[in-house]
Amino acid sequence: MTDIQTPVGGGRTFAHRWQRGAAGKSSGRGARRAPRWSGRRRERVGQLLFLAPAVVYMLVFYGYPVVKNVVMGFQEYTTRTFFTGEAPWVGLANYREVMSSAIFGKAVANTVLFTVGSIAGQFTVGLLIALFFHRRFPWSGALRSLLLLPWLIPLIVTGAVWKWILDQDNGALNRGLRALHLVDTMPGWLTSTSLALVAVVLVNIWIGIPFNVTILYGGLQDIPEELYEAAALDGATGWRAFRYITWPLLRPVVGVVLVLGVVYTLRVLDIILGLTGGGPANATQTLATQSYQLSFVEFDFGQGAALGNLLVLVSLLCAVIYLRANRRLVDE
Amino acid sequence: MSRPGARPRTLRILAGACALPLALAACGGGSEGSGGGSSTVKSLRVLDYYSNEPDKAVYQKTLEACGQEIGVTIDREAVPGDTLIAKVLQQSSSKTLPDVLMLDNPDLQQIAATGALAPLSDFDLSADGYAKGVVDASTYQGKLYGLQPVTNTIGLFYNKKLLAAAGVKVPTTWDELRSAAKTLTRGDQYGIAFSAINTYEGTWQFLPFMWSNGGDEKDIATQQTADALQLWVDLVKSGSASKSVVTWSQADVNDQFKAGKAAFMVNGPWQFPVLNEVSGLDYDVAVIPVPKAGMPSVAPLGGETWTVPQTGDASRQAAAAKVVACLNSDANQLALGKARQTVPTKTALLKQFVQENPSMAAFTDAVQTARSRTGELGEGWPKAATKIYTAVQAAMAGGKAPMAALQQAQAG
Repeated sequence: MTDIQTPVGGGRTFAHRWQRGAAGKSSGRGARRAPRWSGRRRERVGQLLFLAPAVVYMLVFYGYPVVKNVVMGFQEYTTRTFFTGEAPWVGLANYREVMSSAIFGKAVANTVLFTVGSIAGQFTVGLLIALFFHRRFPWSGALRSLLLLPWLIPLIVTGAVWKWILDQDNGALNRGLRALHLVDTMPGWLTSTSLALVAVVLVNIWIGIPFNVTILYGGLQDIPEELYEAAALDGATGWRAFRYITWPLLRPVVGVVLVLGVVYTLRVLDIILGLTGGGPANATQTLATQSYQLSFVEFDFGQGAALGNLLVLVSLLCAVIYLRANRRLVDE
Repeated sequence: MSRPGARPRTLRILAGACALPLALAACGGGSEGSGGGSSTVKSLRVLDYYSNEPDKAVYQKTLEACGQEIGVTIDREAVPGDTLIAKVLQQSSSKTLPDVLMLDNPDLQQIAATGALAPLSDFDLSADGYAKGVVDASTYQGKLYGLQPVTNTIGLFYNKKLLAAAGVKVPTTWDELRSAAKTLTRGDQYGIAFSAINTYEGTWQFLPFMWSNGGDEKDIATQQTADALQLWVDLVKSGSASKSVVTWSQADVNDQFKAGKAAFMVNGPWQFPVLNEVSGLDYDVAVIPVPKAGMPSVAPLGGETWTVPQTGDASRQAAAAKVVACLNSDANQLALGKARQTVPTKTALLKQFVQENPSMAAFTDAVQTARSRTGELGEGWPKAATKIYTAVQAAMAGGKAPMAALQQAQAG
């Protein structure tokens, strides 16, 4: 059975064996067919069977939810549906409803601000920290692993702790600011409509830094040291070395970080729910929190799914743009 | 080159692959009823959300006693409050609903509308003698679907020491509340704490103010509701209440009161166990102040109602109905009220109840005039509740004028 265990990925050997099997069959027993499985067919079935678990897994756990969500977006899917199983087809009504609701424009604007703000902050700080750690110094390894801490804390705990820190009257941040005489009146980080989004973005930046540092640091490690030595001989150090060596060679990694960052940030839900629940006065309501609200608070699963699908579409669009841009880069 | 083993093995793998979805489907099977059989019922499945002590133990005892009376064993599951509806929906679609189901009263109509519940008249149960608001909440399209043994509402908690020290009387009108809260605001301490959060909890806390002033959920863009909202806005603007009220849940409000950081709070009797643990905290409860002296205070009814889901097994449903009736017996209403600081729903029991539990006097008074949230709009309540907290948030955090905020929220 070794022939079937050939990894599918090894395309050449696979095709080769396949042809060999086919040739052997035609020469040897051309006339005999129907009653017994031919070697070729048997091999094919075997291959399919080995594929089956992965395919079934993908269909059940990825295909089904996606298709179901797309279909739900076109249905009147409410609490009633669960008992009766009936979900009348309503065409684009759900999309019309969510897109014409008073909150939609605000949610889109917030989603854009939240995503752009978070990514810009995470990436900039992440890159600076990665560059800093790129130069080895005593304890750098230990410090770098400490940086991963925000990643290890469950998001709901992060939300609760930050809510506590940012509390207007008794929060550590405001107490600290007042002790330092930096503010006269204590800012309402989570209670003022103008500050809440900023606060949520700042917390999300804090959470996203480890991810950015880890990947960018990995990218920096891959840049050959000799290049810097050669450039230093030509007088390119500091900023010039970054501009002409580090940045161009880091570009592919930067692309990956940014695209993953956008996809992860667009769907951020727990941290906003934990901090503000989309409030105050919808100041931090995003498409993701609004979709959650529609599905799991108001139990209008059809509308929730419609909004969720829009979000998936935007993510998909970002991924496609990235892939095309990347291909052009490779072509060049 | 013959391989006799090949075929059976392929079959085995195929069989295995087929069995996977079957096994998954079977997980949802559970104890689907024996299909209307007349077999004797030995045990009943009960689902509720009393997952915390002391409620958990109180209901366990009561349910077991009822089971014994009827001659069945009780197989009870208590899930956390915020997961109950999701659980019920999941059980609806897999046809594994429990025999006896507890629901938060504003959810009953929504679940009854799905067809998942049996009308209690099928089992000769009625709600004669129950407070009107309670019956309204458990009724959908003219039919009674649940019976609620005890109810609760919210009142005005006050810190006796702080009031006595400042020489402040317990307020009964809005004007008195404004000035009392102002007098009691000093240093780190706020006059009053309430929850204006952007969830149904915020709506629930706003209702006594809105309803007592003649506001109505059918149309919230009215002067009466705007005046009630203005009161809340003023309390925050004058500094008598923290700006953080827009992010506080009722538990957060209780924390503030518990720590002595608020002299008054709007909250419910379920906070008694927490507050009684604080040594040195001397508090009492009054009816929520009304706009003008002599007006009735209209509070929202809380509490949970017990239903019989459509499980398709007549004999089990009949036994389940007996459990619901038992939970609502006079003796159990009084016992549950005492054990859980809630108020019996049969009006004839109230006099005796207050005599035995004087600390519940304010809540018992409030319950008699209280209103159910779903009485008027039924299934439409969640949408209206969302509009109400949206308007409250827009006025209190967004800086909109109350009337403008209400108009915008009403328009959707």
